[in-house]
Amino acid sequence: MSEANRGWEVVIGIETHAQLATQSKIFSGASIAFGAAPNVQACAVDLALPGVLPVLNRAAVECAIRFGLAVGAEVAERSVFARKNYFYPDLPKGYQISQFEDPVVKGGEIVIRVGDADKTIRLTRAHLEEDAGKSLHEDFHGKSGIDLNRAGTPLLEIVSEPDLRSSAEAVAYARALHALVRWIGICDGNMQEGSFRCDANVSVRRPGGPLGTRREIKNLNSFRFMQQAIDYEVRWQIETIEDGGRIQQATVLFDPESGETRAMRSKEDAHDYRYFPDPDLLPLVIGADWIERVRGEMPELPVAKRARFVADYGLSDYDATTLTASLEISSYYEAAVASAGTASAKPCANWVMVDLAARVNREGIELAAAPVSAVQLGRLVARISDNTISNNIAKKVFDAMWAGEGGSGDDAADRIIEAQGLKQITDSGAIEALIDEVLANNAAMVAEFRAGKEKAFNALVGQAMKATKGKANPQQVNQLLRSKLGA
Amino acid sequence: MIEKSLKELAQGLAAREFSSVELTQTYLERIARLNPQLNAFVTLDAAKSLAQAAAADARRATGEAAPLLGIPLAQKDIFCAQGWRTTCGSHMLENFVSPYDATVIERFDAAGAVNLGKTNMDEFAMGSSNETSYFGAVKNPWDTARVPGGSSGGSAAAVAARLAPAATGTDTGGSIRQPAALCGLTGLKPTYGVVSRWGMIAFASSLDQAGPMARSAEDCALLLNTMAGFDTRDSTSVERPAEDYTRLLADDAPAKPLAGLKIGLPREFFGEAERAGCDAAVMARVDEAIAAYRALGAETVEVSLPAMQLSVPAYYVIAPAEASSNLSRFDGVRYGHRAPEYTDLDDMYAKTRAQGFGAEVKRRILIGSYVLSHGYYDAYYRQAQRIRRLIADDFARAFKECDVIMGPTSPGTAFRIGEKAADPVQMYLSDIYTIAVNLAGLPGMSIPCGLADGLPAGLQLIGNYFGEARLLEVAHRYQQATDWHRQRPTALAD
Repeated sequence: MSEANRGWEVVIGIETHAQLATQSKIFSGASIAFGAAPNVQACAVDLALPGVLPVLNRAAVECAIRFGLAVGAEVAERSVFARKNYFYPDLPKGYQISQFEDPVVKGGEIVIRVGDADKTIRLTRAHLEEDAGKSLHEDFHGKSGIDLNRAGTPLLEIVSEPDLRSSAEAVAYARALHALVRWIGICDGNMQEGSFRCDANVSVRRPGGPLGTRREIKNLNSFRFMQQAIDYEVRWQIETIEDGGRIQQATVLFDPESGETRAMRSKEDAHDYRYFPDPDLLPLVIGADWIERVRGEMPELPVAKRARFVADYGLSDYDATTLTASLEISSYYEAAVASAGTASAKPCANWVMVDLAARVNREGIELAAAPVSAVQLGRLVARISDNTISNNIAKKVFDAMWAGEGGSGDDAADRIIEAQGLKQITDSGAIEALIDEVLANNAAMVAEFRAGKEKAFNALVGQAMKATKGKANPQQVNQLLRSKLGA
Repeated sequence: MIEKSLKELAQGLAAREFSSVELTQTYLERIARLNPQLNAFVTLDAAKSLAQAAAADARRATGEAAPLLGIPLAQKDIFCAQGWRTTCGSHMLENFVSPYDATVIERFDAAGAVNLGKTNMDEFAMGSSNETSYFGAVKNPWDTARVPGGSSGGSAAAVAARLAPAATGTDTGGSIRQPAALCGLTGLKPTYGVVSRWGMIAFASSLDQAGPMARSAEDCALLLNTMAGFDTRDSTSVERPAEDYTRLLADDAPAKPLAGLKIGLPREFFGEAERAGCDAAVMARVDEAIAAYRALGAETVEVSLPAMQLSVPAYYVIAPAEASSNLSRFDGVRYGHRAPEYTDLDDMYAKTRAQGFGAEVKRRILIGSYVLSHGYYDAYYRQAQRIRRLIADDFARAFKECDVIMGPTSPGTAFRIGEKAADPVQMYLSDIYTIAVNLAGLPGMSIPCGLADGLPAGLQLIGNYFGEARLLEVAHRYQQATDWHRQRPTALAD
């Protein structure tokens, strides 16, 4: 309980609309690609011409099955599509095909990280439905334009139980869900394009008391807005109640400009959607064989992969969590380890999490677009492990690889090391000779060291490294120097 | 020529006795002459029809000889046909020209049939008299002061008056069988899922089924051969091997061709008290038809369909519920009628729909919206679905005792135009014998079984699921032995 909440408990449930990564719409053959000119991706079915009929896209069902398996839910053997009836110009049929009484996915859970602990958030359900089109209210001289390209786009609506207790938990949940749907390949997660959008049901109550009246914040399309919107809403509800007011059930919108939520419609003008089973579609029957086939095609899930990274590679829990934040990073990491050898698993983790991640962030690109491949990075790490180069030299080699030097082959690092003569000098005779020279040229430093100044030793090491252009093995230099100085 | 069966027309075309263009021309001329008295067609396009006929003749010249090649047919105006105005009998779609073909139209086109024109119908197929059409009532060719039945009234009147050799209809609660009965035709509503609903404007999706309307069972079988078939565009279409629906219609007629056939006679139609629900003269014709069937070798057994009495109320919950949702797309936004003046979006919807829909359609949208409303759904819609299962169970039990169920198609003969228009409940009761068949999804037929006070009476035949071929055979054997299906309406000044 945070102090700011003055003894109130916050209760949040999240509804998420994830746009499914299918080729075509959920009930028609039209494409769902983003960004086409208005209404070019709307066929007779999407326009709701008289006499047209929906046909379910099995790829959308497969996405729902994947999701159900990923969250440990029951994939319903029989689920039913229902019509949600309301009039709006961007809803061509005058009803949305959704699922109501019998959803395709029942239950399940998402584990989120709260502080140092895991918290399990229960899911109520997930159901398939179609998206509406878009109403465009600008550029039409007071009239509205309708773009039906989005109409019929497949969505999976994922509903959580009201298990979240703060905006931070809500965001952690949304992030975990976002990572998961991308991980299992059912949603591209592009929040700007609306592929992943959340509604938050927020209420406050005295701990242990009955649930308060909730208000639903619609269409949160960034994690930052979600946090801001919930924080504002919680403060507003607490102040309203403490000022003697009552919370009215309502749908609200978050205005990022003002940072405030404002009511869109109250419960009184809530629609009666007159749900009933869609007679144009048979009940969706998913046999055990279908579920098993999908299970066989599922990638290893983040939780399992995290545990395996700890067990097989000796990574810390933190590193394993970071490296399983997305399927891309985990795959990259595993490919790098495969190339470097399991013995180099830990340095590979550092390289991926630190050097690679920093570079990718700085350039503002996706991991997939990084010019250094996982195999190339693994070979570089292997050269550190086998003492061919030092870690410092490796950073130079990495930068050179990033710049395209060494070519696109797996052996780019070796080519760069060879071409630039960066191989570590490990011949102790050659290093001894160098050290003798350094000691002779830096008598003052030697004297300081002998007088007890440890700093002078480091300076001598620096001189020795400089003399080898960094190619000497630092440990070896250290060792030889100490023995020469009789330290 | 206009008395020829489809088979005879096909033979004539094959023998080059006449061309499809000549045949089509003959019918177009009859339509031009007689349609003003009947109002059976709402849209004609002679140029299009003749172009199709010429194309059929050209196909024949290359050696093609499909059974419907060059045969002109009338299409109920519920089927979307590319380039044709498709109104569904409504002001809402008065100017809607379909950009695509219904599967039924597509299949007839592929078979080389000629579209003679679009026939009048009750608005959105809601009606039993063809009086709810925005384009005006259709007259019964047997007596032009009377209704032809509905909703496929235009198709029925057209075929009965020989303005077309055969036509399509659709049947949601009796809309093929009842007008067939009232106009002296043979009509078949197939098992739900046999004919694709793609492009057929929906009234009540779980009940709607297209079928043929013709002068004989044999003609119906020929049409069904083309209409039926699995269609991936209709999720409720049933995937099963193609059937030849004419296969049991052999020309030879043994003395007892129906020996072994068990006809179920429901107590709910034939019981002492229950008979009173039907016009006595119609019931007498039905009894005579049953006697004729016994003479053909059939046995009769009494069966019971106790839930039948609940079929009209259940139907008038389920059908309007589905209709209220199906008709939401007619909102003035993308096509169809839009009110010329309005103040805002809600006003545009309200005025568009107030102007675009007729009274019966509005009544059903209101009923449907009500029974689906929060707090009423369980009491009405869910309850009606339970009744629907009871009705299907009744039939399943009955078909353990018999092969086909028979009874009257309609409780009376064609009524006078306007007679029931003011009393929706009386109108709804005219489908009392047909509705249960739609609720159960079974195939049903109506065949002419004589005249009652000078007007046609219909015998209803109900089969088990996918029993169309057998049903057609049972009808065909009766038609081989009788000539009620050959009676011609006399009211028209020919």
